[in-house]
Amino acid sequence: MQLQYFLLIAAALFCIGIYGLVTSRNAVRVLMSIELMLNAVNLNLVAFANYLDPQGIKGQVFTTFVIAIAAAEAAVGLAIVLSIYRNRDTIDMEQFNLLKW
Amino acid sequence: MNLAEGVQVVAFGLLTAMMLGTALGVVLLDSIVYSAFLLAGAFVSMAGLYILLNADFVAAAQVLVYVGAVNVLILFAIMLVNKREDFVPVSGSFLRNGATAAVCAGIFGLLSTMVLSTPWAISSETPIGDGAIVKIGLHFFSDFLLPFEIASVLLLVALIGAIVLARREFIPDIRSAKGEDEALMLPERPRELAGSSQDK
Repeated sequence: MQLQYFLLIAAALFCIGIYGLVTSRNAVRVLMSIELMLNAVNLNLVAFANYLDPQGIKGQVFTTFVIAIAAAEAAVGLAIVLSIYRNRDTIDMEQFNLLKW
Repeated sequence: MNLAEGVQVVAFGLLTAMMLGTALGVVLLDSIVYSAFLLAGAFVSMAGLYILLNADFVAAAQVLVYVGAVNVLILFAIMLVNKREDFVPVSGSFLRNGATAAVCAGIFGLLSTMVLSTPWAISSETPIGDGAIVKIGLHFFSDFLLPFEIASVLLLVALIGAIVLARREFIPDIRSAKGEDEALMLPERPRELAGSSQDK
């Protein structure tokens, strides 16, 4: 097993996340894509911790922090989606233009 | 990791295929409920990859937090926002998706050339393995103490913020006609109910 394999699949996962983030119309799916991107970052951190810093494992500590932040982000993001849905009666990202002009 | 090399390679291949497949399903499928369940699959296979990388604690945290909390939260949000709406087609959406796919493929190409051409300083030390939890705990309470405490404060702030954002609005001026005790009534009620009682 090599470091490069893990970095490559993390890069692939990150790109899938970007694609979903930009193209999806459903606001909940946008949040799911953000979770995918955070997971890709976590995989990078753990791979670096295993191959470059196997005794210190600071990467795993960072990953734990990222997981905590991702949980907080998911809670607040879904609350915002619920609140927008209640006010505008849609979850279509194309119609969320409150802050546009 | 004391698995044989062949087992590791096979597990890596299976987990990679499962993770990329489920991630593509999350992004590409039409039904949002299927996407949510496939997202759980992606999280679980990610936990498997963490175990291959000698990160037992992170794998357990991944399953507990992501599959147990975040994914359930997303499913609840889908149920609360359960509106079957057909999105109005936007002009040029095909072009938009194509351009996004091209940009993502470009980013992937750039990242993979960077990954393959960088001379990584691979360490020759043996991985810490089962002592990882002890080491993480030592990090948390020595050199990462301040971020650790700030993370707990941030979780509290996010909890309160999510409750404030998601709860229904306070409607004080509508009272029940039967003269119920005010202490027994919920201070907030759905907007639809409030609107219908105003019409009477």
